[in-house]
Amino acid sequence: MIADEYILSTNNLNVYYGTFQALTDVTLKIKPHIVTALIGPSGCGKSTLLRCFNRMNDLIPIFSLRGSIRYKNQELYNQDTDATTVRSQIGMVFQKPNPFPKSIYENLAFGLRINGYTGNYDEAIENSLRRSALWDEVKDRLNKSAIGLSGGQQQRLCIARALAVNPEVILMDEPASALDPIATLAIEELIRELSGSVTIVIVTHNMQQAGRVSDETAFLMVNENRAGYLVEHDDTQKIFTNPSEERTEAYITGRFS
Amino acid sequence: MDKNIFKKEHYNQHLTRRYSIGKIYFTIFFSCLMVGIIGLLILLGQIFTQGVGMLTWTFISSYPSRHPDQAGILAALVGSVWLMGLTGILAVPFGIGTAIYLEEYASKNKFTQFIEINISNLAGVPSIVYGLLGLAVFVEWLNMGRTLIAGALTMALLVMPIVILASREAIRQVPISHREAAYALGATRWEVVKSIVLPSAIPGIMTGAILSMSRAVGEAAPVLAISALVYLTFVPTDPLDRFTVMPIQIYNWISRPQDEFRELAASGIILLLVVLLSMNSVAIYIRSKYQTKSEE
Repeated sequence: MIADEYILSTNNLNVYYGTFQALTDVTLKIKPHIVTALIGPSGCGKSTLLRCFNRMNDLIPIFSLRGSIRYKNQELYNQDTDATTVRSQIGMVFQKPNPFPKSIYENLAFGLRINGYTGNYDEAIENSLRRSALWDEVKDRLNKSAIGLSGGQQQRLCIARALAVNPEVILMDEPASALDPIATLAIEELIRELSGSVTIVIVTHNMQQAGRVSDETAFLMVNENRAGYLVEHDDTQKIFTNPSEERTEAYITGRFS
Repeated sequence: MDKNIFKKEHYNQHLTRRYSIGKIYFTIFFSCLMVGIIGLLILLGQIFTQGVGMLTWTFISSYPSRHPDQAGILAALVGSVWLMGLTGILAVPFGIGTAIYLEEYASKNKFTQFIEINISNLAGVPSIVYGLLGLAVFVEWLNMGRTLIAGALTMALLVMPIVILASREAIRQVPISHREAAYALGATRWEVVKSIVLPSAIPGIMTGAILSMSRAVGEAAPVLAISALVYLTFVPTDPLDRFTVMPIQIYNWISRPQDEFRELAASGIILLLVVLLSMNSVAIYIRSKYQTKSEE
């Protein structure tokens, strides 16, 4: 295996919630510093797969897993792999904006503090807010509650909060599905700007969005037992114009959902 | 589709009748409210007219006496404050700790389910049962005597289920999404609890704690079993002193034949109500002050 070519890779990954199998034999390799979109019908396990990458599924007691997930050269579900360390390197942005009910400044300072940041907090916070294209809108109200921001601003704050910890990967679980079209556009532009400096894996229901923001796309489907499996993974360009699998083309052109 | 079945004359809305039915129900519900309020006002008015004359500084600053005009509630008032403080120190930290453990740490299994059911059951046990339990365990078996600390331990057992239930409710109100956000930044469980869960849950927890304290101040039965003292001519100064509390003093005055003592009892009730109401207002104030901050 070539260590540096892929930042995240799964090999015959099977995921279970109790006795229910959510993912079947997923083998997927994700390249660094690009945007990879996970698409597929509802219930195909895109979010489950995403939540395996930063071990958020650990919080669900009935979750179990077979197979391998690697972050660089490290087996993520090894006994001696620490979930807290993994999560500080692989950040996450959720479907619904979830800023803490604290000030804008405090929302970013929290991550810095728990990760033992020793630099200048003000600089780090300004830099993260600039990277998420929010600085100009909030620079005069850093001590105001984050709850007062609009939905789109809240989501960009959540992205800034993830960036402040300086992760190598950011996982995004339908980050724009709760936002209006203009706020969605701002998030998409932001994702394009961030790609290159950070690896992004994004789950989306919105086919056009996957086409607009991602470099590569992985298409998942559900089998007859409602377990998700990977159909194909390729350049977004190719998936959307000339997919290898007929099922992919049928899904993308909207012939079934 | 046959159009004839949807003709206008097929509908008769009986609007007048439907509105009057609505009015009748409104009147019923409003009367229900009024029965409670008027009953309470009559009671309060009665007590107030009886007791306000005796409510003087002498009343607050004197010990009980055979002469009604010299009698006061000082020993009981100080006893109540002591009991409330000690109960709070004992019950609140353990109650909150238990709630945090059950909500944030404990895995859901048969054992924790058993504990949870029992906590809810304990909140409904009559207070005299706690009094007798305290008498048997703290006063007799552990040989503490009829002291403040024995009373406070008993009272702490009594109110702890209330603190636990209120705290758990408050902790459960904190959205999962806030916890997830913190975990995703690399926070440990304790950091999530300390920085995300508790700040949002504190108003609810404080409210529960204060309400449980006011429950402790108002209880007579358990203290009657533990203390059994009414005629106290000194103020307790440490937890090993004997004590009495306001509800017991009031009960004692009411049971005397002379009218003057009835008036003293009414004054005592007013004072007790003032203490209880001001504690409840503090709880409401804390809740409303923090609520705007922690709203989602």
